[in-house]
Amino acid sequence: MAELSLREAVGRAIAQEMRRDPNVVFMGEDVAAAGGVFKSTVGLLEEFGPERVIDTPISEQAILGAIMGASMTGLRPIAEIMYSDFFAVCWDLVVNQMAKTRYMTNGQVSLPLVMKTGNGGGLRFGAQHSQSIENWAMAVPGIKVAMPSTPRDLIGLFASSVRDDDPVIFLEQKALYAAKGEVEDGEIVEPLGRAAVRRQGGDATIVTIGTMVPRALEAADRLQRAEGISCTVVDLRTLIPLDAACVLDTVSATGRLFTVEENPRVLGWGAEIASIVADEIFYDLDGPLVRITTPYIPLPAAGELEDKTIPSVDAIVETIRKRMG
Amino acid sequence: MSMTYLPGEPTRPEGAPPTLQLRLSLYQRMVELRAFEKRVYDVFLQGLVKGTTHLSLGEEAISAAYGEAMRKDDWTFATYRGHAHTLSRGVPMAPIMAELMGRSGGLMAGKGGSMHLTSVEHGMMGSYAIVGAHLPIANGAALSAKYRKSGQVSVCFFGDGTTNIGAFHEALNFAAVWKLPVVFVCENNLYMEYTAISAVTAVEHPAADRAGAYGLERILVDGNDADVMYETATRTLERARSGEGPSLVEAMTYRHAGHSRADPGKYRPDDEVADWMARDPIEVYRARLLSQGVDALVLERIDRDVANAVDVATEVAKASPPPGEDLIMKDLWSDGSSTWRN
Repeated sequence: MAELSLREAVGRAIAQEMRRDPNVVFMGEDVAAAGGVFKSTVGLLEEFGPERVIDTPISEQAILGAIMGASMTGLRPIAEIMYSDFFAVCWDLVVNQMAKTRYMTNGQVSLPLVMKTGNGGGLRFGAQHSQSIENWAMAVPGIKVAMPSTPRDLIGLFASSVRDDDPVIFLEQKALYAAKGEVEDGEIVEPLGRAAVRRQGGDATIVTIGTMVPRALEAADRLQRAEGISCTVVDLRTLIPLDAACVLDTVSATGRLFTVEENPRVLGWGAEIASIVADEIFYDLDGPLVRITTPYIPLPAAGELEDKTIPSVDAIVETIRKRMG
Repeated sequence: MSMTYLPGEPTRPEGAPPTLQLRLSLYQRMVELRAFEKRVYDVFLQGLVKGTTHLSLGEEAISAAYGEAMRKDDWTFATYRGHAHTLSRGVPMAPIMAELMGRSGGLMAGKGGSMHLTSVEHGMMGSYAIVGAHLPIANGAALSAKYRKSGQVSVCFFGDGTTNIGAFHEALNFAAVWKLPVVFVCENNLYMEYTAISAVTAVEHPAADRAGAYGLERILVDGNDADVMYETATRTLERARSGEGPSLVEAMTYRHAGHSRADPGKYRPDDEVADWMARDPIEVYRARLLSQGVDALVLERIDRDVANAVDVATEVAKASPPPGEDLIMKDLWSDGSSTWRN
């Protein structure tokens, strides 16, 4: 057992899979010699060599094309897109190529590849290095979407993503890189599509993911202490596949649903969750479905502004207190 | 280093010249591509093919020559104008025709259509309908071949219009930096869709003139001469296979029809069309074979056999039923399902 930061877990996750399978290769901008701009891939080049750990030019289309072609022909490649915002310059490869090729070819092609990326705000980087793209990714049929909230989950979900035969967008929350957690020794594998109930409560269910998980847990503690409101907190861990059964079970039990989402409000993943709940367990509900999200704006850079846009512990507590009243 | 071979110019590529037997197969392949595409034109008019098609009429020498020169386990990446490239890898006519007609016997059971022909078992790794997207993907296959030391080569065909999109430049640089075993073949038919490529491009030869920017040899060849194309193919494939890295070939050619079914091609000057029709790759090759002593009966027999094969393939495709609805929700994921939630 060791205490690792999420940043350290990234390196361990990649190494775990590269040691296991010689067909796993890893490429991206500054990932090899420099060890990554987030210093999360230090040591991989030394251990696995330049044929498997590859520094690329600033050419996101070339990077995603390379892993797609490599995955069609026997490798299990991993690419890093440094900031998730940069997916906007190579989205064709994701949406039109990776997501559709298996379906269009009547199953002739499998694409066992992982696109890992630094996602989300909280670091004052401004609007082009802070976006949350989980709702874009989830909107494309044919792409799996993982978003771990703990170092242990990062390693386990990453292992399943690499071993999966379909393309995965693997979202590493930049705001959580420094967060630490206990990680046991040995191989860790967590299946995709299984949510984790992080806290049990009887009054309301908070469904969340990524950076919002620790915030939701802290908010739930405060609501319990100060208001006597007892919340279940569900960490979805992956958006596709979606553990809808866990959401339906826990919301049925409490009768209330709050989503806490970092993505901008319009068509955020919580809208899909709310739709499923309203459609399938409407008569188990005791009150409205409430979404707590970043507003429909780009993110501002200044700390005072950014902290008021992404859902904070205070905002979560305040919204739940009011809407449960 | 530079290599130019256009009609009336002196240098020829230094690849292997085709043997007589090989030249007869080249002839046969070109005749097949021509007859197949003509039939596609006809069955479209009969309402048997919906949507759109992009024909390679007039451009047969390029894909036919590469198809003959490639190793069985090499890979082809083509565009939405990809019927010819698919046939050139030995994919039978009937499943291609059935795919165009949206039938269950289609190459992809009707799920892909004209613009996405793929047959992995033949090394036909896909026809891509977003301009430029497949150049980076072809690199990926080449990277895999290099990593596994398999000796395979990735060949990526595209039109002149592709040279002006970002993915082209990203892919060329990427391939050159890692000396990937990939051959990029630009089929310059003078028009990007409805617009003359010269009207929208800063250089005269959109691929060849830019090769130097990636440290590559300038290769500009007559894409309507099957022998020249075959020699170009063997040379560029050999270079890739021996670890010397990528090539960028610009093959000059001309489409006998418009860009797609929606385009009668009226924007092209009559004398330009007439000049290029006189350089029809099949007529040129036929005349050359005859002048070199090949018996006309041999060529006529090939023509007849191909015509019969196209008839048979058309009937097989027409007899194939439409795909079953069960295919709709199949094969989004590798487990065969499209399940996204429990």
